[in-house]
Amino acid sequence: MLTALARVQALDAGRATPVATVRHLHLHDRPLVLIPLAMAGEANAPLAAMAGTAPDDPSLLVVAQPRNRDQRFAFAARLAEIVLAYVGSFTGVAEPVAVDRGRDVRYRFVDAPQIWVPNTGGVDFLRLFGRSTRFRRVDRDYPVPPSVPLLGRWLTFLAHAAEVPGSSLLLNAVQALSLHWATGQSSAEDAQLAAHLAWVDPPPGEPGPVAARAAERLPAAGPATDPEFDNDVLAPLMARDEPDLDQLTDVLREHLLPTWRQMWRTLELLRALPVGGRVGLRWDGDRDAFSAFVQHLADGGPPQPRHDGAVAAAARLHRLENAAARYAVQRAFDDPLVMAEYRLAGAAFAGRVTLAKADRVDDSGKRPVLRPRIMVAAAEPVRVEPGTTLTSPARPAQKAKVISVTPTADGSDVLLELSGGMGRKLIAEPGSVPAVGERIVLTTLSEAFRPGGSFPDPADTPWTHGGPPIPDGGTEVVE
Amino acid sequence: MLDRLRGPNPAKRHNARTIAALTGNPGCTRRAVLDAAGIDKPRLAQRIGFPGTFGQSRFALARGTTFEAMLKADGGALLAETLGHAAADVRYADLGDDADDTLGARHARTRSLLAHAAGAALIDHPLLTLEVAGQTVFLEPDLIAFQVENRVQVVEIKSFAVVDGQADSAKVSAAATQAAVYVLALRRLLATLGHDDRMVSHDVVLVCPANFSLRPVAVVLDVRKQLATLTRQLTRLAAVADIVAGLPADLTFDLALAPADLIAALDRVAARYAPECLSACELAAYCRHEATGTTAALGRPVRDALGGIESVAEVLGLATGRGTPAEVQAEAAMLLRTAARLRAEAMADVR
Repeated sequence: MLTALARVQALDAGRATPVATVRHLHLHDRPLVLIPLAMAGEANAPLAAMAGTAPDDPSLLVVAQPRNRDQRFAFAARLAEIVLAYVGSFTGVAEPVAVDRGRDVRYRFVDAPQIWVPNTGGVDFLRLFGRSTRFRRVDRDYPVPPSVPLLGRWLTFLAHAAEVPGSSLLLNAVQALSLHWATGQSSAEDAQLAAHLAWVDPPPGEPGPVAARAAERLPAAGPATDPEFDNDVLAPLMARDEPDLDQLTDVLREHLLPTWRQMWRTLELLRALPVGGRVGLRWDGDRDAFSAFVQHLADGGPPQPRHDGAVAAAARLHRLENAAARYAVQRAFDDPLVMAEYRLAGAAFAGRVTLAKADRVDDSGKRPVLRPRIMVAAAEPVRVEPGTTLTSPARPAQKAKVISVTPTADGSDVLLELSGGMGRKLIAEPGSVPAVGERIVLTTLSEAFRPGGSFPDPADTPWTHGGPPIPDGGTEVVE
Repeated sequence: MLDRLRGPNPAKRHNARTIAALTGNPGCTRRAVLDAAGIDKPRLAQRIGFPGTFGQSRFALARGTTFEAMLKADGGALLAETLGHAAADVRYADLGDDADDTLGARHARTRSLLAHAAGAALIDHPLLTLEVAGQTVFLEPDLIAFQVENRVQVVEIKSFAVVDGQADSAKVSAAATQAAVYVLALRRLLATLGHDDRMVSHDVVLVCPANFSLRPVAVVLDVRKQLATLTRQLTRLAAVADIVAGLPADLTFDLALAPADLIAALDRVAARYAPECLSACELAAYCRHEATGTTAALGRPVRDALGGIESVAEVLGLATGRGTPAEVQAEAAMLLRTAARLRAEAMADVR
């Protein structure tokens, strides 16, 4: 609803309007921007890729005959050089992290890679390219360099990470823009990076809609190329037995450069936003995942299977659901504009503290406990029942139980009982109890720890779920 | 009447793809009328200055042709094998190449083959017909397969890859709708031949390249849902005659007209634009231009979230409290005002 209104406001204003007040993703100091292009009709055959970690230094990889498998794997080997050198550059310095309540320690790398592609199509391309390379053999028939299957495993890892809500290891520009701005056009049109960016960042003096129409005529951001480009430009060049590689490279560079510039402009715009408070926590999780994968490779672990077994699939789904829930809550806690959507839906309200008894002690139990009460006057309808536990983004460790809700002339008076986050004594730490006059937001959303699911060992998969998985050969028949 | 709408230009032939597209936006009268009259929409769009880009890549076409030729070589040996038959057991009947002057003959042969066929057989280049809005449309499925138990199946050859049992969902659903058109046409044909139309299976077979090779794999798709949609759509299209009858008698989309006159003519037939049209209808760029300022142009979910209010100006008016809501809009108006207030408040918090 708020995003819909934001779109209408954007259309009215002639440029995109914010739907976030902070940046909800980690933005790397040295991201790797990667724009893959695929050959039309083929099953994920690469045509070209532009990649690099600096706006003024793109590397261009071109496949003169995408249908030729040797050239395809030569491309994979060159892409591997770029990607493996990039991810490898973060395996230098690790830091200790206490686990198991400080009884043990593990290490994680202080930084991790971050790859940017233009759109979800780019993520899909990398996922499929990972699938087509990670089972390749380095010996026997049709051998490939060892870097090719390794690239496949890294791309698969990154593509899996991209499915985790809130992960910043593999990001796409279109989604990152939608997360922070609403345009005055439909989401179908937003899928085109150039048109999307034109709304967010129109050229001076040009209204968004005009800029977006002009941008629609720019080359597509891939991985699919425009049919006209294929038919009028590429086909004549590729029709020859020995395509002129220089000419092809020039043509593809011209084709890719507009998207390359849009990618870096997108990063620049995102960098200008202040970062959300909980983004760092999620990046810690990303660094954990990265470190664990480096370890898995070092231990000689097998490539990711074609299909997850039943237990692995259930566990993965559980992790994704947890991540989605956590990400939604964290974004709301970090950003009043995201929280506003919950306020509209009745899952949060804002008000001013009118009464506060900070030293209230409940001594009805065995031990006296500190249970301050506050009254919050909300100027909006409050749709929570007494007994509900609420949280305030300003004090996430503190629980506020609703004692009563009394309708007033212009809203509601809500009486709350506080527990937690006030220190260990019977006197609250200064500032830990909201003071009279303070403006406070309370929500049913909670950052409380979600336990991981318990799943059987894969060897104990019940027959209802297909029984224990049969290991698949690991390598691919040559195709 | 339909001929007059088109003017002296030749009618565009419908095919399974265009019929399938009709199910995409059934509420659009403009599309229904233009398609029923067989008007050349790409040229019309170009004439009025809103050309679309609906080409197909030569590379994609080439791969499709290669894959199909490979399957059909040697009397369809590889195809029969992919479908689970020994090549020797399957009779393979090629009804000849795709050409306009063989349409009638191929349709007659298709009829006679279907009327008398027994045992496993593959019919290549068959020709079916379907009544669409009062016109007979010729349809060319890739293949019709006869199974032993006298079941007839539509086989479609597609060149998109199925990787580990998964394919691009948009492509699969387009293929399913297209195959459903053939199933429907085949059922109607068998019914006219006096057979039980349930002989034609609602399970169609897609033959696609597996993984990253050209090795074929057969995938069975249930198209009952698409069939239901299609049947409903075609019934609605039959009603196009009524719509056309209600149009002004002097209305024409003769491409020789001046662009301004063509636009004036288009304005007399209401469109129902949605952003999805951009990838499905050649006229969409014009309709989008025309729909500027409507919430529908921002997409169905946006329109619905805004309580179905049609115009952007009205939404803004209600959100700022300037406009007076109609009675049915009262609830939406209150929600909009709250939303606008919350947005403003949250953005002010930051500054």
